[in-house]
Amino acid sequence: MAERLSGAQALIRSLENEGVEVVFGVPGGAILPAYDPILDSPIRHVLARHEQGAGHMASGYAHATGRVGVCIATSGPGATNLITPLQDAHMDSSPVVAITGQVATHAIGNDAFQEAHTWGISMPCTKHNYLVTDGNDIPDVIREAFHLASTGRPGPVLVDLPKNILAAEMDWHRPGQSHLPGYKPSIKGHPLQVRAAMDLISDSERPVIYAGGGIIRADATDELRQFAERVNAPVVTTLMARGAIPDSHELTLGMPGMHGNYTAITSMQRADLLVAIGARFDDRVTGDPGTFAPLAKIIHADVDPAEIGKVRTPDVPIVGDAKAILNQLIAEFDKRGAVAAPRRQWFDTIRAWQAEHPLAYDQDADGPIKQQYVIEEINRLTGGDAIVVAGVGQHQMWASQFWKFERPRTWINSGGLGTMGYAVPAAVGAKAGMPDEIVFAIDGDGCFQMTLQELITAAVEKIPVKIAVMNNTNLGMVRQWQKLFYGERYSAIDLTDHTPDYVKLAEAMGCVGLRAETPAEVAPAIEKALAVDDQPVVVEFKCDPEEMVFPMIPAGGSNDNVVLGPEDLA
Amino acid sequence: MNHIISVLVENKPGVLARVSSMFARRGFNIHSLAVGPTVDPTLSRMTVVVDGPEMEQIIKQLYKLVNTVKVTEHAPGAAIEREIMLVRISAPAEQRPQIVEAAALFEAKPTDMSGDEIMFEVSGTPDRLRTFLEMMHPYGVIDLVKSGRIALPKSGARRQRAKVAS
Repeated sequence: MAERLSGAQALIRSLENEGVEVVFGVPGGAILPAYDPILDSPIRHVLARHEQGAGHMASGYAHATGRVGVCIATSGPGATNLITPLQDAHMDSSPVVAITGQVATHAIGNDAFQEAHTWGISMPCTKHNYLVTDGNDIPDVIREAFHLASTGRPGPVLVDLPKNILAAEMDWHRPGQSHLPGYKPSIKGHPLQVRAAMDLISDSERPVIYAGGGIIRADATDELRQFAERVNAPVVTTLMARGAIPDSHELTLGMPGMHGNYTAITSMQRADLLVAIGARFDDRVTGDPGTFAPLAKIIHADVDPAEIGKVRTPDVPIVGDAKAILNQLIAEFDKRGAVAAPRRQWFDTIRAWQAEHPLAYDQDADGPIKQQYVIEEINRLTGGDAIVVAGVGQHQMWASQFWKFERPRTWINSGGLGTMGYAVPAAVGAKAGMPDEIVFAIDGDGCFQMTLQELITAAVEKIPVKIAVMNNTNLGMVRQWQKLFYGERYSAIDLTDHTPDYVKLAEAMGCVGLRAETPAEVAPAIEKALAVDDQPVVVEFKCDPEEMVFPMIPAGGSNDNVVLGPEDLA
Repeated sequence: MNHIISVLVENKPGVLARVSSMFARRGFNIHSLAVGPTVDPTLSRMTVVVDGPEMEQIIKQLYKLVNTVKVTEHAPGAAIEREIMLVRISAPAEQRPQIVEAAALFEAKPTDMSGDEIMFEVSGTPDRLRTFLEMMHPYGVIDLVKSGRIALPKSGARRQRAKVAS
């Protein structure tokens, strides 16, 4: 006879069977039954202070570890608070499973207490979602949820569980083979397309490999490096792909796009071939798509067929997993026994751009602290051996520009959705998954104030993250746009320079609070932060409010017109 | 231009909502949508008439839905297309014979009659229904409802199969 378990016990056992070690959540009425068996489970529950925090923690965990991140919330407001992190995970293809409580099945649709139509609300911001109406389905639904979240193009999956289903008994069984007749993600690329791609690569004089976040999702970073070396082509790494190939590698050109460096942007504009792998021709990369990479033929490899041709029609489309396709391309190259073209002229041109237009900033020893300097100092003092997590805005762009990424999964940020407040909870999730790594969030003061209460979670749960608050007393990126495009009419961007007191705030939340007000204080403050390993640390850096992120392609502009500084906009 | 696609989906609760939500959020216009069971009880078939040039992207987005099993675009003329319509016509006694006679040309069946109104049931190709309505227009079309188009490929006809990976 089948073992009788409550739906809640079946849920927790199913999570255990998926190898889940930690879940991030906030309990409440409808999800209460699930919180009882958690007490008897080896799964660690991290009590977030807000469901949005729990969701970003799950995504930070997933980015850092490559495993599925799990978050739990109750019905109604608990579930709606998860919507931002779900859409965030959806845009950045982050494998997340969200478990939400729901009012009892007989109450659904009656405007019951804490009822929201979670299934409907979450549909467009998940890869797939479930409303479980029979407890016997729980083992199979959880198996499917993890399968969907982690395979193909990864993404968030939500499972909505009514309270009576969690409370009632069901017949426990191990999940069967999942029955998903409409879900068959391609793994290997079509051999003819692989050959066609290699023909284009061999004929190309000015190729650029356009590496996207899919490379990291597919754990294909070694393959990317080998492929680039074989075919002797430079590589640009998008915001989501920083670390997909070491920044110190001679073929690496860094980040393209709106705040990319001149060489990465211009190499794509002049290329005769783009090899896009796990990238989606996002508007932040292409600028005006009509003038993007006008000379280039396109090879577009992606696991999601819908990305291929969505923005730019490729000459050679390849549907499949980035790792498999890169291995096929490497094998095809080796089979031909060819030697890569030296492409001397192309590399000479690129080196000249790099020499002429490096990323740069001026740190005056007596002047205000530049955010770029702080990032470079953290990079130097950690030896680059840290997981960097960012919020959204100027500090995020500077972190992506100035940190030297040498390994994958050491750069975690909200790329697609641009979710301010992402850094603190995502850092907590990353550190929970990778306790032996230094996790250093680089956050803005605006972002920090959106989710800083998760530092209480970090302190209480002993998850010692480090947060650098780049306090420029403004919503800096908004200010930059108002300065450049709205005639310096500053509207609703002033965060004041005295409230809150970040040091006291940090201490009140059980963290160490530090502050650096001059360039000379930057390195000592970072060293102090690095010396603490049993408590979260917040370091406030009083930064220059006037500093702006350059290069810049104004929104919708052509990537031919890289704005290197404010003088270019005059 | 209108395109007709058949979407074979898993017969599960909420699948229609998933399809219509996807069309809405991607900005694709649905002209009509009809859904019903197939010979396989685990599957439903949706016949969707959509507007616009972005068929490849629409088909790929449909495939991206986990519950979508198969998507087929019907090339013009390659499928039998039908629609059913109920239409209420103003028909005072003196005009009634004329109206019934005209309707007979379209094999439109009078299905309800009261006072000075007649309701017809008429089925056929969208063109046929349009012509019927044009003909009835002078008498006064009071109300109408259409089922939405349904289509199956002609036997032996070449199906224009969506050339995208499923």
